[in-house]
Amino acid sequence: MIYLDNSATTEPDPQVLETYVKASSRYFANPASLHRLGNEAEDLLESARSQIKGLLGYGRIIFTSGGTEANNLAIRGAAHANQEKGRHIISCKTEHPSVLEPLKQLEKEGFEITLLSVDRKGAIDLADLQQALRVDTILVSLMQVNNEIGTIHPLADIRRMLNNHRALFHVDAVQGAGKLPLSEQEMPDLLTVSAHKFHGLKNSGVLAVHKAELEPILFGGGQEGGLRSGTVSVPNAAALAKALRLATPNPDHLEWNAELRSFFAGYKDIFIVSPSSAAPHILAVAIKDVRGETLVGALQQEGVIVSTSSACSSKNKQASHVIEAIGLPREYRDGTIRISFGAMTTHEDISELKKRFHKAHQLIKGVEQS
Amino acid sequence: MKTNQILIRYGELSTKGRNRKAFISRLRNNIQTLFAGTPTLRIKAERDRMFLFCDDEQGMEDIVSRLPYVFGIQSFSPVTQTSLELDEMKHTALSIVSKMDTKDKSFKVSVKRPNKEFPYEKPEIMRTIGGYVLGNTPELTVAMRNPDIDLSVEIRQDAAYMMAETIQGAAGLPIGAGGRALLMLSGGIDSPVAGYHMLKRGVRLELIHFFSPPFTTERAKEKVLDLAEKLSGFGSPVTLHIIPFTEIQQEVHKQVPDNITMTSTRRMMMRIADAVRAKTDAKAIITGESLGQVASQTLESLQAINAVTNTPILRPLIAQDKLEIIETAQAIGTYDISIRPYEDCCTIFTPANPKTKPKTDKVEHYESFVSFDEMIDRAVAEREIIEFPRKKQQRFEDLL
Repeated sequence: MIYLDNSATTEPDPQVLETYVKASSRYFANPASLHRLGNEAEDLLESARSQIKGLLGYGRIIFTSGGTEANNLAIRGAAHANQEKGRHIISCKTEHPSVLEPLKQLEKEGFEITLLSVDRKGAIDLADLQQALRVDTILVSLMQVNNEIGTIHPLADIRRMLNNHRALFHVDAVQGAGKLPLSEQEMPDLLTVSAHKFHGLKNSGVLAVHKAELEPILFGGGQEGGLRSGTVSVPNAAALAKALRLATPNPDHLEWNAELRSFFAGYKDIFIVSPSSAAPHILAVAIKDVRGETLVGALQQEGVIVSTSSACSSKNKQASHVIEAIGLPREYRDGTIRISFGAMTTHEDISELKKRFHKAHQLIKGVEQS
Repeated sequence: MKTNQILIRYGELSTKGRNRKAFISRLRNNIQTLFAGTPTLRIKAERDRMFLFCDDEQGMEDIVSRLPYVFGIQSFSPVTQTSLELDEMKHTALSIVSKMDTKDKSFKVSVKRPNKEFPYEKPEIMRTIGGYVLGNTPELTVAMRNPDIDLSVEIRQDAAYMMAETIQGAAGLPIGAGGRALLMLSGGIDSPVAGYHMLKRGVRLELIHFFSPPFTTERAKEKVLDLAEKLSGFGSPVTLHIIPFTEIQQEVHKQVPDNITMTSTRRMMMRIADAVRAKTDAKAIITGESLGQVASQTLESLQAINAVTNTPILRPLIAQDKLEIIETAQAIGTYDISIRPYEDCCTIFTPANPKTKPKTDKVEHYESFVSFDEMIDRAVAEREIIEFPRKKQQRFEDLL
């Protein structure tokens, strides 16, 4: 089986699993407990936290149940904590649902939301952002790498623009963390990271914070400095720290991406959806007049696992909001699939994909013609 | 444009006549020690002010966030350097001002132009920069006299230098200028604040803590370690002495009537502290006592406790209100540690009705039946010594 759906989730690194298992049995105590075992668990938790601080370059790390919770905390938390200064928030139409849905909720509460449009490449126009910024804008939330087509937002330019503005800058880096490290010029005030996208475990993420006021979205025992109540999972924190340390950008991805692009260019009925400047580990292509699910199914029969544009929207019948937003030609709109690489992907996988895609393609087109 | 310099204005130190040089070099050393982790930092100390140079952005941020706690500094200003292009200068000016609180604030630009080859005259520079900032910051008003925000621009040969923000320093004297003293650190709110006040007078600290397991928990000890770590963050390392105190505390309870155990316990602590003080070559003992706050802090109690030594006992909080003390604790970051709910050895054996006016001779009489000297020597000898700031050891290498 060839697994090329790493943007949906990745296979856990065995070393990360080992950390999780060891930490679960040795440091099972509640890190808030008074006794020595609690103390030790807390020490491990804080060591994990400081390792993550160092790797991400942030002063404050809040452990969450994953990317969705971190995005909710960043957006709702920042909106509520700063509503005295203003109630206007800017984001983009192609953001992940875990950003768009909390924004919808805030809209119901009376916040004003501006969603920037994108061009065919999924890119925003910086002039649009500049125009959308108002005195009462309190938050700008934009993702680093689009999960469906791989578009990279120009974070350094946006950061520079916001240096002259008091709005907080939140970046959902779920698809970029561990793969495309942020430079200092790109670092936002709030950064979302999810462990299972870089060979860590599910249900584990962080919100990294740099000088931003937040309000909690979960209430209870006041853990994580009051911002995230609930007993912190020490094994999850340790496993995330380990996975983040092991994650390194793979320069081969760029080469493989180019190889696949020229391969798909050989098919008249395949449209390459991801812009050439997209993140190297994500390649979305669309097939003309065929449903994406059909192609995913045909590839699966050949032993290759890819997904339709994104795992989250795969179960909805209509085209994803990202595909709509970039205005893909109608005949391709339902036919997008996403191929995504991870740290365990090899060049052999890429060669096999090409062979097996060819077979799957023949099968589909054969059926259609008959 | 880059913010790569800081201008430091000296505190009280400017008035110190002939000692000035020693004070300045003390401050310089303290800053160097504090930012040893920032190798790109360069320091230029002049007679009237000091300049820090640091080309690494993160290092700079770290310096700006910690400098307000370094004693011997009246105030400081981050300085931003730009090219000699008027266009870049005005953009830089706006970006500096926009980071400040501009609501209902008044503003002015002042220009120095030692570089006479610069093609624009002062009024034109002022107009261009001021106009641009005001145009983009409508809530600002202009005030030529005593403006809230004074953006100063200096046009030199190599570049233009700008600053607007004046960040208050911690004032006081550079640590080390005032000798060494031993602070009795309980884990409560007051003692770290007392230590802070003495640090501010340039005193280097040794710390002593009394630990009574199992009556006090590991967590209570950890609290003290964290407080010690905080106190070491003001530019001078500190040493903590942890005294095993259970035996003595139990003995006191056996020997003296309940209502004066507290007084007697404090006397034992003072005797031990004095012994440790002598070993560390400290010249005084510091406590967080504040008059009338609790039974042990009445004048009568202080007299009975103080009777065990001739060493000067410094009580910087003696006339302060609890609220004042809490305010300082919050400002220096010890409050959140101090209020963690773990009991220290002072709170754990507190009798229901401690005497607020103990008689020294009576206390001495009750204590005279046991030889505490031996126990005290043992406690001093068996003390645990920890240096701060602690080297962060990697304990979980196999897991992380």
